[in-house]
Amino acid sequence: MEAIMMHEKDNVATAVVDLVSGQEVSVIMADEKIRPVKVACDISLGHKFALNGISKGQPIVKYGEVIGIATENIKIGDYVHVHNVESQRGRGDKA
Amino acid sequence: MSNFSPKTFMGYRRSDGSIGIRNEVAVIAAMDNINPVVRSICKLVPRALPITMIAGRGQFGQDNEQTQRTIIGLGKNPNLAAVLVVSLEPTSAGRIAGAIAASGKPVRTITVQECGGSLNTACAGTRIVAQMLIDASQQVREECDLSSLMLAVECGGTDTTSGLAANPILGMVADQVVDAGGKVIISEVSELLGAEHILAARALNLEVEKKIFDVINNVEAEAKRRGVDIRGANPVPDNIRGGITTLEEKSLGGMVKAGTKTIMDVLDYAAAPSAPGLYIMDTPAPACESLTGLAAAGCQVCVFTTGVGNSIGHPVLPCLKITANPKTVTHFADNIDLSLEGVLRGEESMAEGAARLYDDVLKVASGKMVRAEVLDQLENANAKLQPTV
Repeated sequence: MEAIMMHEKDNVATAVVDLVSGQEVSVIMADEKIRPVKVACDISLGHKFALNGISKGQPIVKYGEVIGIATENIKIGDYVHVHNVESQRGRGDKA
Repeated sequence: MSNFSPKTFMGYRRSDGSIGIRNEVAVIAAMDNINPVVRSICKLVPRALPITMIAGRGQFGQDNEQTQRTIIGLGKNPNLAAVLVVSLEPTSAGRIAGAIAASGKPVRTITVQECGGSLNTACAGTRIVAQMLIDASQQVREECDLSSLMLAVECGGTDTTSGLAANPILGMVADQVVDAGGKVIISEVSELLGAEHILAARALNLEVEKKIFDVINNVEAEAKRRGVDIRGANPVPDNIRGGITTLEEKSLGGMVKAGTKTIMDVLDYAAAPSAPGLYIMDTPAPACESLTGLAAAGCQVCVFTTGVGNSIGHPVLPCLKITANPKTVTHFADNIDLSLEGVLRGEESMAEGAARLYDDVLKVASGKMVRAEVLDQLENANAKLQPTV
């Protein structure tokens, strides 16, 4: 098993092994193989990559829920983490 | 969903009908200025448990109520066979001991002012605790029902494997405990921010639904009040290194460790639930403060999921450490009790992992030791609400 998607609405999957740039990764959801995605860079175990293109300002969806907003345009297979995602909660800095 | 068995374990029956999974004698400090004396007594009687406190004097209002509720709750926890309360002076000692004694267990007090200094108090305390240990050692375990279990579910050093495997598996075990008539408590409310709508939908009634929104939204209100971005404090650097990007992602992966049952109420820090079922407790996210509140409520056992590794446990509340991260299983082996790495490799189903965890929880309840106990990675830390005056 290489990557897991938790919910059908998700636009990211989580690596369960270290993935190598250019690797075609089989994404599993609920024990079923969903589709292969080619990762654009090395993705460490536990880190996420995009299953679709996500435009800047669009929600990142995991567990079928919004976990943050894209801060730049993200392509399919791109690494998704703190460098291109912003949280919307607990933002006392924006109060 | 599989129905796990057996539904019993071997525990210690206390006078008030509660069941302990351990049979400790605790030396409890009523206030921080007595912590050194508590430690001295426990050096002379190494099998006694030292429970040290933060503050305990000069507090007032809600802050004082919370500290007193915590000390008393810890003393009443059924894992303790007997308690020695140590204080500077007799009023505080008597008040705490009187409340603990309502549980029916043996409680004694000593004070530095009455004994005449720290050395005399350490000697007097040692003699009392030595006899308490001998008396307690004569009690034997008996078969107890799963319904007498109050399970604390906790996470620390979270990474994304926590949300993918360890937490949902723990949630399956939590459901079993609730189905059997037991209690489960989830806490660390800042780590429910982003998942509150899901939990609120499972509230027992409108009043509980409002409490759920209030207690979780208060976290955000506090961040706004301080004018800071909570991202500085949560997620923490090890969460982010482990792949957790936002607090919402952490919360959605974290809340599943409580299972799927109705949420009966939102408890104040260190407050005991009355009826069986699933509860949320208002505690800070860091483990020591959270575990202390849960232990004070009467939880006898904790299952503590970790992603990148967290070694801490609590003196009163044995913590069974589990992880699904294969790197952590080897790198952090000394402090891990159960591995779920097979689930992420597709070698074991979530139900099979849950059955193994359930089995281990019953073993721990019946006396199997956990790594945190064996390696003495135990810390008590009562949370404060306001500054002491």
